[in-house]
Amino acid sequence: MAIAKVCGIETEYGIQVRGAESNPVSASSVLINAYVSGVLRKVGWDFEDEQPGNDARGFRYEDVFSPEIETQLVNAVLTNGARYYVDHAHPEISTPECVDALEIVRWDRAAEEIVRASMERAKHLLHDGSEIVTYKNNSDGKGNSYGCHENYLVDRATPFGRIVTQITPHFVTRQVFCGAGKVGSEFANTSSQAVPYQISQRADFFEEEVGLETTLKRPIVNTRDEPHCDPQKYRRLHVIVGDANMAEVSTYLKVGTTAIVLAMIEDDVLGTDLTLANPVSAIRQISHDPTLTRTILLREGKRVTALELQWAILERAKKYERSHGLEVVGERVGLDVLTRWETVLTGLESDRDSVASWVDWVAKQRLVDAFAARHDLRPGDAKLKALDLQYHDLRAERCLAKRVGLETLVSEDDVRTAMTQPPTTTRAYFRGRCLQKWPNDIVAANWDSMVFDIGRDPLRRVPMMEPLKGTAEHVAALLDDCDTAGELLARLGS
Amino acid sequence: MAERTQKQKPVPTRTEETVTEAPATAPQGEKLKAELDDLLDEIDEVLETNAEDFVKSYVQKGGE
Repeated sequence: MAIAKVCGIETEYGIQVRGAESNPVSASSVLINAYVSGVLRKVGWDFEDEQPGNDARGFRYEDVFSPEIETQLVNAVLTNGARYYVDHAHPEISTPECVDALEIVRWDRAAEEIVRASMERAKHLLHDGSEIVTYKNNSDGKGNSYGCHENYLVDRATPFGRIVTQITPHFVTRQVFCGAGKVGSEFANTSSQAVPYQISQRADFFEEEVGLETTLKRPIVNTRDEPHCDPQKYRRLHVIVGDANMAEVSTYLKVGTTAIVLAMIEDDVLGTDLTLANPVSAIRQISHDPTLTRTILLREGKRVTALELQWAILERAKKYERSHGLEVVGERVGLDVLTRWETVLTGLESDRDSVASWVDWVAKQRLVDAFAARHDLRPGDAKLKALDLQYHDLRAERCLAKRVGLETLVSEDDVRTAMTQPPTTTRAYFRGRCLQKWPNDIVAANWDSMVFDIGRDPLRRVPMMEPLKGTAEHVAALLDDCDTAGELLARLGS
Repeated sequence: MAERTQKQKPVPTRTEETVTEAPATAPQGEKLKAELDDLLDEIDEVLETNAEDFVKSYVQKGGE
């Protein structure tokens, strides 16, 4: 049976130092330290339970391939329950655990503002006139990609093979409403003339249908099996196939529709007739066709457009809502997602401009086409690529996404409070509140535990194996009552 | 060299596919066009001055 779709987003930001020589790793460290040292006593991340080498297909990859974790790099836990760290050569923020797509939008936007605030603070640390600039995108236009990953809690009892088969059609086609748009192509031997503009930032980089890797030979379905919670009961589906979105509605639809489709898979109502014959080439073909008219082949032999496939999934989702309800994705948000899903597909089909405030690739394409027409630019012109990059520039005075009239779902006030406050609906609440109240007594934290040092005893680890325990409903009164971390531990232990 | 304006042109690739129909690009309403014009004026002001250098210098390491 479908379980609550606790979810999160991890975004790696592009980073560049302007006006000085610097490597991206140290620039990322400076950026994060600028923020962390300004706002809180730094609490480090605890790697005890990290197992990124576990494969959902049931084996461990450790000997063959072990994704690196750079324990020596900056790694902080924030009072909103998020993690802010250097991953490879990028600053990355993982949102706290959320229960629905609207919470995701709020804490993803908060993450963006945290990065923006970090740039501001870093200005005061750099005395050579240089500036750290960050971009919320997924590619440098030269063949290097970095990710925006989603995570969804799924029932361990659901066979992983079913998830792979049935989620793939959605992963391949959902880009029509959540692609971030890209000028040109980074796929081998594809020129700017052949593909002047495409729907997705990431589609050029997917080479496998399923696999453990994230940095090369990227798979559409990633098999990393690192639940960060009770592994007997849960999986955490680690999704690497999405773009980072500037448009709030794109993020909302990306996460909202995927949560519903996963619930349908758990309840085994989706079926297998939408299975694609060639998902890897299909994801790229759809991306390379902003007219949305080309068809892709289903395994059964039928050909459909990406929109037709999305309509088929939506129809099933509406039927699922009638038979099962949408409690597991948040009833109110789930219903709103269904409505917007239908609106966006209708708009993409018949009136593209009507969804330009919702869909990044549509908003960006309008800009690129109009700019090219005004200045008489041809495909491949550097100015068009600059426009693309600058759409994602997080500096308020440069960011083009901020200027194209994108609809917002969350108020500026709610975004601002989410920079320091955790969601009340998941264990992130316990993590965030403890960090606010007793930062000096916490030596380390990670997703499923916190380690306290209250002086007299050995270090005490508080396990948090249930993502939906430790919510405000469960522990707000307890946290309010306790004056010291020692008192909290005593009451938790009793 | 022949110049071609190329917007949303479906391009055949070597992989499997068909093209169903040529899309008609919707004519943009006057209001929409005026809005876009204002926006383009603003963008002309905020766009990085040396696009070539800007794009060339944006090199990232792969992540994830």
